Amino acid sequence: MFVPDNLLYTKDHEWARIDGYTATIGITDYAQNSLGDITFIDVPKVGAVVKQFEFCAAVESVKAASDVYAPFTGEVIKANAELSDHPELVNKSAYDSGWIVVIKIADSAQRASLMTPAQYKEYVKKLSE
Amino acid sequence: MIDQANILETPLVEEHKSLAAKLATFGGWLMPIQYTGIIDEHLWTRKHAGLFDICHMGEFIIEADPANSDFERLVTMDLKGMSVSSCRYGFMLNEEGGIIDDLLIYRISDTRWMAVVNAATTGGDESHMRKYLTGATRLENVSASLGKLDLQGPEAEKVLIELAGAGIKKLRYYTFGYFTVLGERIIISRTGYTGELGYELYMPNQKIVLLWQKLLEDDRVRPIGLGARDTLRLEMGYSLYGQDIDIKTSPLEAAGEHFISWDKEFIGKPALLKQRQGSLPKRIIYFIADSRRAPRHNYRIAHNLQDIGAVTSGSFSPSLGFGIGMGYVSREVAVGEEIMLKEGKVSISAKVVGKPFYKNGSAKF
Repeated sequence: MFVPDNLLYTKDHEWARIDGYTATIGITDYAQNSLGDITFIDVPKVGAVVKQFEFCAAVESVKAASDVYAPFTGEVIKANAELSDHPELVNKSAYDSGWIVVIKIADSAQRASLMTPAQYKEYVKKLSE
Repeated sequence: MIDQANILETPLVEEHKSLAAKLATFGGWLMPIQYTGIIDEHLWTRKHAGLFDICHMGEFIIEADPANSDFERLVTMDLKGMSVSSCRYGFMLNEEGGIIDDLLIYRISDTRWMAVVNAATTGGDESHMRKYLTGATRLENVSASLGKLDLQGPEAEKVLIELAGAGIKKLRYYTFGYFTVLGERIIISRTGYTGELGYELYMPNQKIVLLWQKLLEDDRVRPIGLGARDTLRLEMGYSLYGQDIDIKTSPLEAAGEHFISWDKEFIGKPALLKQRQGSLPKRIIYFIADSRRAPRHNYRIAHNLQDIGAVTSGSFSPSLGFGIGMGYVSREVAVGEEIMLKEGKVSISAKVVGKPFYKNGSAKF
């Protein structure tokens, strides 16, 4: 399982890539692998406001429907339009072309409640035991 | 609830592990859910040939005098009217007309039959049959020693000819024959649960691993898990016992009238006749979503803003590219009408359609 070193993680298997005042958000390799073939993603609209650890997007696979929670509070400034026709991008490239939204971080202190790559690796290792 | 200590395994469990399958319990059995991915496996079966481990299903051999009606009374299909070497689908009902199981019956000879039943219901089916069968009829549960593989897909015939001979070509839809495969004389029927040209192979457990390996040596064949088995059967509108049909459902509610022989007596017939005269409390409908979003088990069904029922099976359709499903509703909703499928904040627009959803299956060619 792949855990890039330059991202922050949540317990619900979302990742955030911080770039100045914005954060790009997606689901982790572990999450896409557990879900299996992803068939639908309900991406929030630009301008929507999401709150940390609250509903941000809906992801469905052949087997299951699940929710994606926002790693930060903030306004959605970009949404990945490719995902409506190609949700499988999340399976193929969870950390790159499978990104879901970019949000403008409202409170950068919230990063303290996210996991570092090392912490997330440890967390996933325990889940798999 | 699944008893962890009593999870059953098929003779092929080590094969699945070596193929890196994701395993999960289904009907008390540890089964492969997927190998490479549900969508890949689904599309492979529609185009080439998929191999399924179906060893969990139950099989009974019945020796019965066709003039003695006790076995005939147990099922809804017309057994006497079946020709030797044919198969027929139907139901086993209780006195109230509820479905104890759906099953396939094979007529082996004038007096010998094989019944193929669902895994989770095998024990209950046996008790039910023994309760009603008289001493003259012999029932043997061969589930523990008889394995079963399904080979399904447009290339299945060509693959099987190499293993079982050109006689395979003579099998018409819903017939079977005996073929020599790996030194064993086994039953192969042209039947299945995918809508594709395909076969079910009944091989004694001792040689089932060998048969599995032999079939997978062919490049046209790939192993397929229960995940794709479910989406394949759903695209055809086939019911799954325990999910779409159960003891509280009658064949009339489940659009199964086609599999009932009204010209004979069977357990549950008086109850069905009564149902037929009145109005059914519920009936099955089939629907397509207007997007890739899939209806799921237990989503509510609304029509003209009124709650009229619930979804029993739903999924993204890998062949069609949108959500499909089936469920039961309390009043008639015609084909073409709009419905809504709802659960929490999810709301899906859908349209009632006829089955099958997928119309290009190769099964009957």
